[in-house]
Amino acid sequence: MSILDKIMKFFSDEENEETGSKNIAKDRLQFILVQDRIKLTPDQMEDLKGELLEVMQKYIDVEDDRVDMEISREDERMAMVANFPLENKKD
Amino acid sequence: MQGKSIVITSGKGGVGKTTTTANIGAALALAGSKTCLIDADIGLRNLDVVLGLENRIVYDLVDVVEDRCRLEQALIRDKKTDNLHLLPAAQTRDKEAVNEEQINEVIEELREEMDYILVDSPAGIEQGFRNAIAGADRAIIIATPEVSAVRDADRIIGLLEAEGVNNPDLIINRIKKEMVDRGDMMDIDDMMEILAIDILGVVPEEEKIVVSTNRGEPIVHSNNSRAGQAFRNIARRLEGEELPLMKLEKDSFLSRFKKFVGLS
Repeated sequence: MSILDKIMKFFSDEENEETGSKNIAKDRLQFILVQDRIKLTPDQMEDLKGELLEVMQKYIDVEDDRVDMEISREDERMAMVANFPLENKKD
Repeated sequence: MQGKSIVITSGKGGVGKTTTTANIGAALALAGSKTCLIDADIGLRNLDVVLGLENRIVYDLVDVVEDRCRLEQALIRDKKTDNLHLLPAAQTRDKEAVNEEQINEVIEELREEMDYILVDSPAGIEQGFRNAIAGADRAIIIATPEVSAVRDADRIIGLLEAEGVNNPDLIINRIKKEMVDRGDMMDIDDMMEILAIDILGVVPEEEKIVVSTNRGEPIVHSNNSRAGQAFRNIARRLEGEELPLMKLEKDSFLSRFKKFVGLS
């Protein structure tokens, strides 16, 4: 660190340890908004995911540890997008 | 004449609805549009104070809807701009004192005289909020770059759409460039991505706003304020002008020092 950097750091009002907290804010918001938009608790959301998975597995092979569900707003509509990756069968 | 009515709302309190309403209204009026501001926050009126008109109130919104006076009698002319008028809220009554239909009638009457009717909504999502959005052609949502404000903004977008007020615009208020730069505050793109709505303007955090509220003179009257410039730009965008968003500038000791030694 150059002397100039040190001087500037001294005069700066920035806190260096906690940089990048906006990403925490964004992650938390995305989670909160899903719950607000569909009015489901995290538990209910997990139940929904589990039941959907059961139905899917009756017909197709799904990788159950990689199921992903999210709510997004597109124009004036909200959509729930669920992603069920198919199992890679080597037979 | 058929004036346009715009509601300014946020869900969360304290994000700058009243200051924004006063400043956009003053900017529209300065640019020549006849503008009326309605304070829909009954019981907690403040728009009069921000405009420095608190001593001129004789009648208020509740007096108008309860026929104790004519609409023109309740309108207060701004002390700085002839084109700007205020319909103050009642301070001694509560939010239930008026309903959506009555507000709608007032707005319809004002449309005949005014180019713009701006309604300052109370915080929350109860009757006061429903009143404020009742006669709105369009909505402006104010949010600061904070989790709680953005969450409430998202909820308000949903409620507005359910009431048929579509495509609201967003104003990001009190953004701090130095915090955005070090990754400690959500920026314009982050908020647009999360809320998926159009941006009408971005207003930087500025100490001068407090001074202007102390004096009861909207910041748009000051020529050396970035926030004032941001509000004037928002008014021009409302008039249909295509104007790029203002570049954020930081004003910390470090940036002044960097400038001084020629590093930026």
